[in-house]
Amino acid sequence: MNDKIYKVILFIAALIMPIVCGGVVYALVTDAYDAFEHFGFFKFLTSSDWSYTEGAEQYGALPFITGTLMTTLLALVFCIPFSLPVALFVGEYFKGTKVAAVLSTVTDLLAGIPSIIYGLWGFYTLRPIIMALNISEQGSGVLTASLVLAIMIIPYAASLSAEFIKMVPNDLKEGAYSLGATRAEVVRKVIFPVAGSGIFSSYVLAIGRALGETMTVTMLIGNTNNIPNSITSTGNSMASIIANQFGEADDLRLSSLIAIGLILFLITAIINMVGKIMIKRARIS
Amino acid sequence: MSTLKIKNRLAKDKLMLWGICLFAALTAVPLLAILGEVLFRGYDQLSWSFFTEPTPTAYKAMKAIEAGQPIPGGIANGIIGTMIMLGMAVVFAVPTGILCGAYLAENPKNRFAQVVSYLTDLLQGTPSVIIGIITYIWVVVPMKGYSAIAGSVALFIMMLPLIIRSTEETLKILPASLKEAGLALGANKARVMLKVQLPAAFGGIFTGVLLAISRVIGETAPLMFTALGCSLIRFAIDKPISAVPLLIWEFFNDPNLQDLIWGASLFLLLFVLTLNLTAKYLAKKWNQ
Amino acid sequence: MEPVKPILEFKKTCVSYTKQTMAVKYVSAAIERNTITAIMGPSGCGKSTLLRAVNLMHNLYPNIHVGGEILLNGEDILTMEPIEVRRRVGMVFQRPAPFPTMSIYDNVLSGFALNGIRLSKAEKDATVERCLKSVALWDEVKDVLNKKGTFLSGGQQQRLCIARALAMKPDVLLMDEPTSALDPIATKHIEELLLELQKEVTILIVTHNMGQAMRISSKSMFMYLGELVEYGDTETMFSNPIDERTKAYLTGKMG
Repeated sequence: MNDKIYKVILFIAALIMPIVCGGVVYALVTDAYDAFEHFGFFKFLTSSDWSYTEGAEQYGALPFITGTLMTTLLALVFCIPFSLPVALFVGEYFKGTKVAAVLSTVTDLLAGIPSIIYGLWGFYTLRPIIMALNISEQGSGVLTASLVLAIMIIPYAASLSAEFIKMVPNDLKEGAYSLGATRAEVVRKVIFPVAGSGIFSSYVLAIGRALGETMTVTMLIGNTNNIPNSITSTGNSMASIIANQFGEADDLRLSSLIAIGLILFLITAIINMVGKIMIKRARIS
Repeated sequence: MSTLKIKNRLAKDKLMLWGICLFAALTAVPLLAILGEVLFRGYDQLSWSFFTEPTPTAYKAMKAIEAGQPIPGGIANGIIGTMIMLGMAVVFAVPTGILCGAYLAENPKNRFAQVVSYLTDLLQGTPSVIIGIITYIWVVVPMKGYSAIAGSVALFIMMLPLIIRSTEETLKILPASLKEAGLALGANKARVMLKVQLPAAFGGIFTGVLLAISRVIGETAPLMFTALGCSLIRFAIDKPISAVPLLIWEFFNDPNLQDLIWGASLFLLLFVLTLNLTAKYLAKKWNQ
Repeated sequence: MEPVKPILEFKKTCVSYTKQTMAVKYVSAAIERNTITAIMGPSGCGKSTLLRAVNLMHNLYPNIHVGGEILLNGEDILTMEPIEVRRRVGMVFQRPAPFPTMSIYDNVLSGFALNGIRLSKAEKDATVERCLKSVALWDEVKDVLNKKGTFLSGGQQQRLCIARALAMKPDVLLMDEPTSALDPIATKHIEELLLELQKEVTILIVTHNMGQAMRISSKSMFMYLGELVEYGDTETMFSNPIDERTKAYLTGKMG
């Protein structure tokens, strides 16, 4: 086999990516078209009706966009107090030690647990606790889903942040110590500012993960088609409404669900791209 | 500076250290809690028949519960379905992923390669539920029915970017001298790739494949719209088929079958975590 | 006449990285106030290790152990709080490393910020001007104080790092091969600067450059394999070394 044929074979294999990705966009757009045409693109985004009474079908994505944003942002809030200490533990305080390796393995395993099992745990362990604490009556809801979601994204945020914390030059840290700073002060005033953009970007990617998480949210958010009016109320995320109704939907409802899928796809694509670009920049500087 | 202030600062420093240790340690709690719960509630369901028999019907299960007996049957249909779909996905995703990864590693500065690289990131970040929708549109609709083929296409799409990335990264960190030595001996690029670079990268690629398998084996949402599920043990690839995560979802939704949740979850969890640890261990070993 | 009380005194100071081997072995020496003392020796002789011990840098790395005593104004720093010692003993490293996220102005004041000391605007301005003037950087940067320190040239960055250390008004300034990453002209600037600075601070400088030691230091130490082989007036040591090993090093037959 000469070099030319070899090159062509590799090129053909690489063509699969544009084909698949192009196919994804094409299929989503053509199948979502009905819904957008019927309701109007902006109307679809901003309407909060979701009723499939025959003849008076009304579909809008707003409750689910809101649900997704609420669960994601809340998960991020719950995730930070744990992922940041883990990152500092692994990347600075116990860098290169056995305990750090153990903690890394723990977070790796957390990342490996299938989301349906997180959902089960949330449903059978966390939900009763939430009910017992009288936080919400039915136990399911945005809060419950976000708590489990937070655990799921800790590994992603922590391992990437740790990488950036590790990269802070020793010269800078020693310089700060030589001026009389304590370790806490070095972390706050040298490591965070220097590794800041990298840490930030790792949270952007963690958000990207949380946005599309399906099974966990489906099992915990309560599956009601309203805009959640508080963090304890029930709702649906974009991914969970699809998981719930895709199997039984047809015609306009199916197209509406696919339209929601398209919106979700675009949001995650943008967030992920922003995150990747930021990471690349942070690595260079 | 007053001693009081120094004491204050040192106290803050200590507090930070202990806070970090505490919160870092707390992240292990969910892992232990999940493992503990699944183990505790699932271990007594694991028996020989659990792995050899298909899921019982809701009626049978109800009868057994009424009679105070354990639910008969198991998850054999799911295990076989998972294996069939995963097998098909691996057979197609591994060669395609390796070739595509090799393309990226060989042409790092090429414009097209950069586009492919971006798209790989894009596909890797795409929520699995959307992969489910896509496969439904591409495969289920034209084939006029749910099938193992559709399920494996979904798994294939999810595995592909992971294998591409691990191949590319492993090939890129191989010393350039390796390739140059091969070329200097007069071998063409294809031979060098096949006989020198890929064997040297085997460890990294193998680890990547293991991780890709462990990532997709627990996927539920995409299979719901493609493989659908089936309570029979089936080997046909053009018919609906079950999978272990699909069974868990089914058990979760069917009050009569809830007793089977934990056995199935334990099986899935142990399988995934073992794959994960093995991959990590192999990666470490091969890196040395 | 009563001997001058030394500002810094090593008493049987030892540093070890592992239990078996010592990087610095029983060094004893007294450093006088307002002098420049050069520490020389082939690489790996323990000169940097000894210097870093004065700033308790070894406390950052749990596997390094220091024995003996290091007295600062008669007080053993090995028993003191590191953060207090480090405020009184400044340190300048081999590679200039101003904090990349801070402006030139903030870099000079970084010691205060890191220690959580609040200064008034007037105090800040005065400190920045005083320190930048004493490292002869003021005229060059006074109009760009809000720019990041990393925009400066290597030599300017190193002077900024010296200013940063001086801002804390240390008793002793430790310098670990401060000019090894700089070009000859920048090196010359720094050397001139150090000769000025010894009026306000006692300087201990590790250098592999014998010319530099001869040009700036009044006292010299020669270390070999962790031992302090010879310590005395620089001029005497260069013209008439007592130990064979010192002679071999100074004549270029070693290291």
